[in-house]
Amino acid sequence: MAVVALQAIRKSFGGRPVLAGIDIALAQGELVSLLGPSGCGKTTLLRILAGFERPDAGTVRLDGRDITALAANRRNMGMVFQSYSLFPNLDATDNVRFGPRVRGVPRAEQSRRAEHLLELVGLGGHRHKFPHQLSGGQQQRVALARALAVQPDVLLLDEPLSALDAKVRAQLRSEIRRIQRETGVTTVFVTHDQEEALSISDRVAVMNEGRMLQVASPAAIYREPADAFVARFIGAGAVLSGRADGPAVRVGAVALPAAAAAGHPAGTAVELFLRPEHVRLDPAATPPSGALAAEIRELTFFGSLTRVRLALDGIADSEAWADVASDRADGFQPGLRVWASWDAAAPRVLARV
Amino acid sequence: MPALLARAVPWLFVAAFLAFVAAFMLAPMVTVLVQAVWGDHGPTLAYVRQLGEYRYATAFANSLILSAAAAAVGVVGGGLLAYALLRPGAPGWLRSAMTSFSAVAANFAGVPLAFAFISTLGTLGLLTAQLKRLGIDIYGLGFSLYSLGGLTLTYAYFQVPLMLIIITPALRGLRAEWRDAAENLGATVWQYWWRVGLPVLWPSLLAAFVLLFGNAFSAYATPYALTAGNIQLVPTEISNVLSGNVMESPQLGAALAAGMIVVMTAVLLVYWLAARKAARWRR
Repeated sequence: MAVVALQAIRKSFGGRPVLAGIDIALAQGELVSLLGPSGCGKTTLLRILAGFERPDAGTVRLDGRDITALAANRRNMGMVFQSYSLFPNLDATDNVRFGPRVRGVPRAEQSRRAEHLLELVGLGGHRHKFPHQLSGGQQQRVALARALAVQPDVLLLDEPLSALDAKVRAQLRSEIRRIQRETGVTTVFVTHDQEEALSISDRVAVMNEGRMLQVASPAAIYREPADAFVARFIGAGAVLSGRADGPAVRVGAVALPAAAAAGHPAGTAVELFLRPEHVRLDPAATPPSGALAAEIRELTFFGSLTRVRLALDGIADSEAWADVASDRADGFQPGLRVWASWDAAAPRVLARV
Repeated sequence: MPALLARAVPWLFVAAFLAFVAAFMLAPMVTVLVQAVWGDHGPTLAYVRQLGEYRYATAFANSLILSAAAAAVGVVGGGLLAYALLRPGAPGWLRSAMTSFSAVAANFAGVPLAFAFISTLGTLGLLTAQLKRLGIDIYGLGFSLYSLGGLTLTYAYFQVPLMLIIITPALRGLRAEWRDAAENLGATVWQYWWRVGLPVLWPSLLAAFVLLFGNAFSAYATPYALTAGNIQLVPTEISNVLSGNVMESPQLGAALAAGMIVVMTAVLLVYWLAARKAARWRR
């Protein structure tokens, strides 16, 4: 049974709809990321779940109980905020003890939880430091410990890593996942960073303009995006508009191999999505079977791999990408003519709306 | 040479400022302190001892009570007003209108303020008369504008706006996330204010109290115009002994002024100790 369920949630601010009928349910111990661009409504949804906002319509359920009208301080949810929200007048221990304290937990138990949780987040040696004496990453760890100290039914993380630098962000991200698995707490993680969402979640919920577009595992979201927005928003890749033509998508005179196009009636307007890792490049003079002529426009070095931007011959303004192992990319340079090919099974084909 | 000049410029300005402070604050202070213990025939504690006389002891007691009461009224009234104006949902125009009005009201003191209160709440004041017509005789009920209570009310006119101006930045510094976090962790509104809001504001409230206390303690024109010296206060007593009709004793005036300096120094010391403790988490 779902621990948390949001059903048909609607919310407007000043007449402007922010959430247009959201449905999502979380199972016990699951980590679900709400992913979407700024202004898509993900933080509003989280605040509705936390009880800081009341939905205009819809129901919030916790263990089957309707908690839509329940005040935030009676919901038993722990939240970590985007900006550092530790109480500046309390040291790390007292910040963690705050929740149990205001709930009347015995003093000895408050201290036991604070000690245990600060150890869990790796800050056992910083118990008596005040927030301004801690780095941004350390503050967010304390905030995580503080949220867990109330033994919440649901942990809510509102872009908790966005104010941190890249290295700390990556480190804390895996620690959050480790701690979430250790504690088994059902978690909602809000982020606009797709890499973050894909790497940390059991499931990812992609949102745009107040709607839930797809809720699925990270792999499914990446490999089988439900619509054009999800395909564009998640990962990199070429998006080419054309018409279904058997096991291909025809763009002008060029037929792009795509087995999935066969599922659409011939002549239907479709979009073909092609991930960079599926595209092979061959600089040989003779084309491999089914390859398209292309020209290299740009190379971007990412360490172990190099991303190559291509213009496909015969398709005006076309852009496609190919990922090449960096140790095999030495011969590639802008202006070089190459053959681009891919397995026909690789591209995703979606009806154009 | 330009580098040397660039380094010298800040020092030149600081030196000019320090010279100004020395000439108009330190020198008069030293003069007052010396004069308080220097009679016509050399050093003496006679004038300082005179401060123990009933009249002057009463003046100090009245000044302390009035200043503490006016500061307390200012801190509570101005604090609540600022909080109400900064709450989400308060109209922005009202906030800016009140801030502009406060900048004026905080500096409206002296004879005009006394006159305004006399014409409103004096024995024949407009409001007094209106209330009397409604059957409420405020003077009959024990109120008097010409008492310490009346003075406290009058001082509130500039203390509350002054508090609004000085506490607004501190209130703005209370982050919404702290309140959300407290609520999320199960705290009630009171628990949030008791454990987070007020402790964070405490150093600012203390500083505001001291400023308002000093503001009331040194006020001269308003109480003089309002009570014509009928209520003994230190500033009006200094005026009496310096240019009074009854007696003239610059040394006694200096001793009274020295007493004021001692009181303010003591208040600042208490503030410093309290603020040090309250702001322990900032260091």
